[in-house]
Amino acid sequence: MIMMDESAELSVSITQIVQRLKGTHLHSQLEKQAKECLHKPEIKLETLKDDVRRFLKASGWERKLQNAVYRELHILPPPGHPRAPPEHTKEPLAYMRKAQVNWEKRILKSLNSMCTELGIPLARKRPVPEQKELTNKWNEMGTDEPDLSKFRPVYAPKDFLEVLVGLKNPNNERSEDLTVRSHWGLIQVSLNVRDIPQMREMYPELGITYGQLGIDDHTHVPPDLFESEHIHIGKKVESEQDSAAAQQYSRQGCPTGLRAQLWSLILNTSNDPEFFCFNFIKQDITHYEQLKARVIHHDLLVDNLIYKDVKLTASNDDYYFVFEDYLYQVLLCFSRDTAVLEHFNYNCATPPKSCIQSKSGSEQCAVVYPPNGVIPFHGFSMYVAPLCFLYNEPSKLYSVFREMYIRYFFRLHSISSHPSGIVSLCLQFERLLQTHLPQLFYHLREIGAQPLRIAFKWIVRAFSGYLSTDQLLLLWDRILGYDSLEIVAVLAAAVFAFRSENLMEVTSLASAEVVTCVCMCVLSNTKIVSSLTANTSNPVHPRHMFQNCWDNHF
Amino acid sequence: MSKSKQTAGYKGAYSSQKKKEGEGRSCIRYRCGLTNTIQDVLNQRPGWVEVKDDGDWDFNWCDVGWLRENFDHSYMEEHVRICHFRNHYELTRKNLMVKNLKRYRKTLEREAGRLEASKCDFFPCTFVLPSEYHIFVEEFKRSPGSTWIMKPVARSQGKGIFLFRKLKDIIDWRKDGSRSEEQKDEAQVESYVAQRYIENPYLIAGRKFDLRVYVLVTSYIPLKAWLYRDGFARFSNTRFSLSSIDDQYVHLTNVAVQKTAPDYDPEKGCKWLMQQLRQYLTAKHGFETVQTLFKEIDNIFIRSLLSVQKTIINDKHCFELYGYDILLDQDLKPWLIEVNASPSLTASSQEDYDLKYRLLEDTLHIVDMEGRLTGKEKRVGGFDLMWNDGPVYTDVGLETLGSSCLVANTHLGCVNDRQKQLQQLLKPFPGQKRT
Repeated sequence: MIMMDESAELSVSITQIVQRLKGTHLHSQLEKQAKECLHKPEIKLETLKDDVRRFLKASGWERKLQNAVYRELHILPPPGHPRAPPEHTKEPLAYMRKAQVNWEKRILKSLNSMCTELGIPLARKRPVPEQKELTNKWNEMGTDEPDLSKFRPVYAPKDFLEVLVGLKNPNNERSEDLTVRSHWGLIQVSLNVRDIPQMREMYPELGITYGQLGIDDHTHVPPDLFESEHIHIGKKVESEQDSAAAQQYSRQGCPTGLRAQLWSLILNTSNDPEFFCFNFIKQDITHYEQLKARVIHHDLLVDNLIYKDVKLTASNDDYYFVFEDYLYQVLLCFSRDTAVLEHFNYNCATPPKSCIQSKSGSEQCAVVYPPNGVIPFHGFSMYVAPLCFLYNEPSKLYSVFREMYIRYFFRLHSISSHPSGIVSLCLQFERLLQTHLPQLFYHLREIGAQPLRIAFKWIVRAFSGYLSTDQLLLLWDRILGYDSLEIVAVLAAAVFAFRSENLMEVTSLASAEVVTCVCMCVLSNTKIVSSLTANTSNPVHPRHMFQNCWDNHF
Repeated sequence: MSKSKQTAGYKGAYSSQKKKEGEGRSCIRYRCGLTNTIQDVLNQRPGWVEVKDDGDWDFNWCDVGWLRENFDHSYMEEHVRICHFRNHYELTRKNLMVKNLKRYRKTLEREAGRLEASKCDFFPCTFVLPSEYHIFVEEFKRSPGSTWIMKPVARSQGKGIFLFRKLKDIIDWRKDGSRSEEQKDEAQVESYVAQRYIENPYLIAGRKFDLRVYVLVTSYIPLKAWLYRDGFARFSNTRFSLSSIDDQYVHLTNVAVQKTAPDYDPEKGCKWLMQQLRQYLTAKHGFETVQTLFKEIDNIFIRSLLSVQKTIINDKHCFELYGYDILLDQDLKPWLIEVNASPSLTASSQEDYDLKYRLLEDTLHIVDMEGRLTGKEKRVGGFDLMWNDGPVYTDVGLETLGSSCLVANTHLGCVNDRQKQLQQLLKPFPGQKRT
């Protein structure tokens, strides 16, 4: 296969990025700024280009452009051969592609049959009185108690797990023998996942000589000193408004008081309503308002799935119940956001299409349904819930969630060979356990308690709802910092390592669940250190767990 | 009760033993008038034995009713402890608290000036009715359209509270037959307070909430007070709006009232732990702002206790665990709503139970019937010493701070790693091995 050389690849990427940024709001703003600065005395005709450049740099606009480019790099489609079809570029392994297609067919079928069974249209225009009512109730949709008994989630994580378990590479020899080299876990495909030595290289900041937020007794750096300096640096990073620096910074954790701004910076969603969002053509706020208008005008079947999911999961959570209203405001808009379809440029999934009656009622045409191409499943709202802690303006909350989804969360429920994809994460988890805790793994296997069956739900949700919010946000700091979900797999393994002694004693899957659940509670009960002077430490926290396990077990 | 002739706290078998420094009792007899979390805590404490009815006791967790009837007739040996001060109501009855705070504020203004006195402006404008009815009306007329709240002086759990905007509403109320009936029953002449309602409470996701914080006082003269790190925020089940004054469920956040609201779901917690709240506020407003807020909250505890310091009958046998209710407004200013001498110890969930269990266990550690403390501690379990005849500061290593500045020893809403601290601090119970 002819590989493109690096410089050719680079110019292709540059062209793609320039193409995407053309016509965005940032572009028009830059042009406007450049035009306006011509009036300034320091801009001279002879040195026009340099002077304008200098001006844009000094006024912070160059930095904004840098951030936008940096963001585009995150969501660039994978490089591929110019003659390769896009599906092959997004997912090179044929059997993975096939599995994803089959899975999509299944969920779509489930959705459509629900629609037929219940006699509810997939989409329906709301009559005007209903529109008015919804507009009035927009900020308190949670007070509604619609009858959702006939709706069932389209699928739950455990259904998805069964599909992943059934994945097989047709090229591999099927051998039933349990050899030393064989894999004991449920994932039967061989993907290239990083082992501990490789991860040490990838994640140096998680090493013992680096300070971390969330305080560790064993670091070389005294916790108080580290924290105050880290906060100081964080404030500088924030004032510089530099996306790349913020991402690097986040590797060691974000201070609570700075996290919202830093995440916003990393994801390049605007902090200040005065500034404009450069991720999409329109401003954050007007884009959100447009989506809200779509919610008011049309009712979608999936809305009921969202209601049900929120009621069953987030509303029952001890902390997230407060944010119920926000969840509706975000998720209902999310379903209608066609801009999300862009992520299918690099997501190996394809947006589901359904037949909807056309306006005249006579024809049926296949349209993407739901409009954003994402069918929600049981627990989906938990991707949004932790963000409510950081953002309480719906448009802000929305843009951060959307960006997190199109960068990371989508990988947790589509079948691909990507290193941050769910298949790789599950495999990585199992391999870590098998390599470093073989006795435990073997024992659990023998009693019919495959570790992945316990850990899968944590991984699919990136631990949302399974860790207390402060711990979870520290974990998500690292997902953003390293631009990878691998850390989720490592934490899952660490949970088992942490309780390996207790787990060795269990005799059933149920009790294994209980032990790991208790472990999570232990993780969750350690609270944040919120004052410099509190001489308390947080002995059990994800990063400490890694450290502990890293050094003692792995 | 036939306790009047009994000598409570009679030492019996211990009469020949003198309590030496550090030597504790091996068997502590307790009496408990409540059937909730405290019962479990006392029951499970090593070496503590319950005595019923007329038996002699060393420790009494009583309700205020028992106290009122029996305290004055009871003789208590030096070591005996009881969980209330004789006239705690100077702090906890709304009308008396207002009176004491106002008087304290006046004294402060006279002695230390306006600025110092303004530090007492943490309770909303309040008048005792009917005695202050006329000055209330004057104030009421000065701010037309504002909302006021009427609260019965001696009731709890939100009973009898209502909001009003027009004088007409309370004139009707005064005439109302059913209410005057209650007034006749009240021993006190002054049975209500009218208070300016805080119309701009801080909302989280559109919901109003108040804070429940625990403060333990072991002595009034000198004043020694401890602040518990745990506490919680109690949310109203419905979204806040000023348009429906009659919907008391929105405005009152007591769990007790919420439980009767039509859409109350007992399985759904409507509380956040203090740590959660503190983190949420820090994420929204930044570390410094929240630090200032919690300092202001400390100020409320200290000033309110100082205001009754000379009024409350100090008694070395007495200690008291207060439940403070604090409300935040949109400017992040904390307001004192109420102080409870008998904060609810009934648990609404497992998490709630665990919190109250810890709280009570640490309270007993501080009361220290077993004689394990030196008296110099600044922290016991989840309690931090907040005031010891003067402000208390943390022992901070100077190298961590640029300039030398004193930091208050309070950590409300911070990590409560009490297990570890207690292990290092306390000797094991007599007869128990150190684990």
